[in-house]
Amino acid sequence: MTEPLLQLSGVHTHIGPYHILHGVDFAVPAGELTMLLGRNGAGKTTTLRTIMGLWQASSGRIRFDGSDITAQSTPDIARAGIAYVPESMGIFTDLTVRENIVLAARSGPVDKNRLDWILGLFPALKRFWNLPAGNLSGGQKQMLAIARAIAEPRRLLLIDEPTKGLAPVMVRSMIEAFKALKASGETILLVEQNFYAASALGDNVVVMDDGRIVHAGAMSDLVADATLQQRLLGLSLDAHQ
Amino acid sequence: MSDMAVESTAPAELPRAKTDWLPLLLVPALGLLALPFVGSPSTWVTLTVAGLAMGMMIFLMASGLTLVFGLMDIINFGHGVFISLGAYATLLVLGPLAGWALEDSIGLNLALLGLCILVAMGVTALAGAVFERVIVRPVYGSHLKQILVTMGGLIVTEQLIHAIWGASPIPIPLPQSLRGAFVFGDIVMERYRVVAVVIGLTVFIGMQLLLNRTRIGLLIRAGVENPEMVEALGYRIRRLFVSVFIAGSALAGLGGVMWAFYRQTLTAGMGMEVMVLVFIVIIIGGLGSVGGCFVGSILVALVANYVGFIEPKLALISNILVMALVLIWRPQGLFPVARR
Repeated sequence: MTEPLLQLSGVHTHIGPYHILHGVDFAVPAGELTMLLGRNGAGKTTTLRTIMGLWQASSGRIRFDGSDITAQSTPDIARAGIAYVPESMGIFTDLTVRENIVLAARSGPVDKNRLDWILGLFPALKRFWNLPAGNLSGGQKQMLAIARAIAEPRRLLLIDEPTKGLAPVMVRSMIEAFKALKASGETILLVEQNFYAASALGDNVVVMDDGRIVHAGAMSDLVADATLQQRLLGLSLDAHQ
Repeated sequence: MSDMAVESTAPAELPRAKTDWLPLLLVPALGLLALPFVGSPSTWVTLTVAGLAMGMMIFLMASGLTLVFGLMDIINFGHGVFISLGAYATLLVLGPLAGWALEDSIGLNLALLGLCILVAMGVTALAGAVFERVIVRPVYGSHLKQILVTMGGLIVTEQLIHAIWGASPIPIPLPQSLRGAFVFGDIVMERYRVVAVVIGLTVFIGMQLLLNRTRIGLLIRAGVENPEMVEALGYRIRRLFVSVFIAGSALAGLGGVMWAFYRQTLTAGMGMEVMVLVFIVIIIGGLGSVGGCFVGSILVALVANYVGFIEPKLALISNILVMALVLIWRPQGLFPVARR
């Protein structure tokens, strides 16, 4: 069996006096989209931030592509090939759309073919290319945040609640964008509250509760099992459609 | 790669990039407002040029501090010591080359000024690197500790200046060609002030080009807004912090040289004395905004000059009044920087 691209083993994270993650174990296989689900406060965002080194794991191990990245700094983790889109999107609002993307291409000018592909995914960005990103709507900012994450080829995308607060039409657009990213072979770990979106996208699913992994498996199994959905997430897919 | 495109929900009308002209209009508005009170147009021009020159010198001293605060979230009360150090560093040049100041040659005089600036920036850049490593780095993230230790650093460095150069004020000569004034009819413009305006404008334009046209400038602007995200993109922001601190110290050194020749006297406390003005302009401009610092510096200096002429008794409080009025109008300063 091949080693997964990302593997968390017994990861504990403390923020100040608070013990947030309690021995988190899960794997993200290469080339697949893994959904990280759970109610508010379950530890999903903390998990992503811990992987990125924005909060240090107090114990446990995080392996990425065969290397231990647990104690590495955030820039080193990013340079190893992990891109991060935070829940707040992290857009530089004083910079133009173009400048946001230029900055994300750390190794030099953005490859033209790649840029064409990105602007094909998110045509709205082309129209606002030279405007400050602060002028964009919430959905457009989310597009920019994801475009920035893929401005250069990455090994893994960590994306935190990309559909949060978006209008239904934008949610559908984002789902289409993620399907396109999946089809291009990107490996994605996606935090999502919207089970409709999650079920439409995920190959695998990891469910968290109270800082622990309570379920991990194929998304299709969870979608097919209403009782499991009810037990893990307190919902059914029907209610979200 | 898939060619699948995401449906755009962009509005049909493109929003226009907003340019905030109002704060920029303050400067000419202030000038026009002052004209009838000053009375004589020639006096008004003289006061305005003098105010612009003073504004440029304040800008040179303050621009580094606003960047350091904006990017690093560091309140550096020790910034004034780089102004003093820069001023005293002129002695390293004026000692061996004192004769150049007395020559009636614009070339030699400007070369002397240029050398003083280069040496001062070098000395203050080095001092900035040491200051950041020894004093500032241990207190990242704690404003109260920053205020206390940077004040401590300032006191220690001032005492070092006393130990090296003595506690008595040291007179320095203004280079011969920079003395006197250009006279156009009734309008009098001191030569040195005109040089200060040219240097200030050059530095401002250079900083604008750096911040807006280069990758390092993009990083600084992004870092001011969201340093964590800059790190998540793979940039080592700590190095950027140190570089900006060093550059800010060097700019203060440059300001110190200009201030020293303007006063023609060196004292260890000269940096500290001007820090009140420096803090006023970076607050007025919007913490972290170089453009705001520039406009704020000119505004404060013009008000000081006009009020000093029209009603000298009010001159001392005029800057505080300007700050209060600006903050009532715009509590985040003239050009608020988007902050994390």
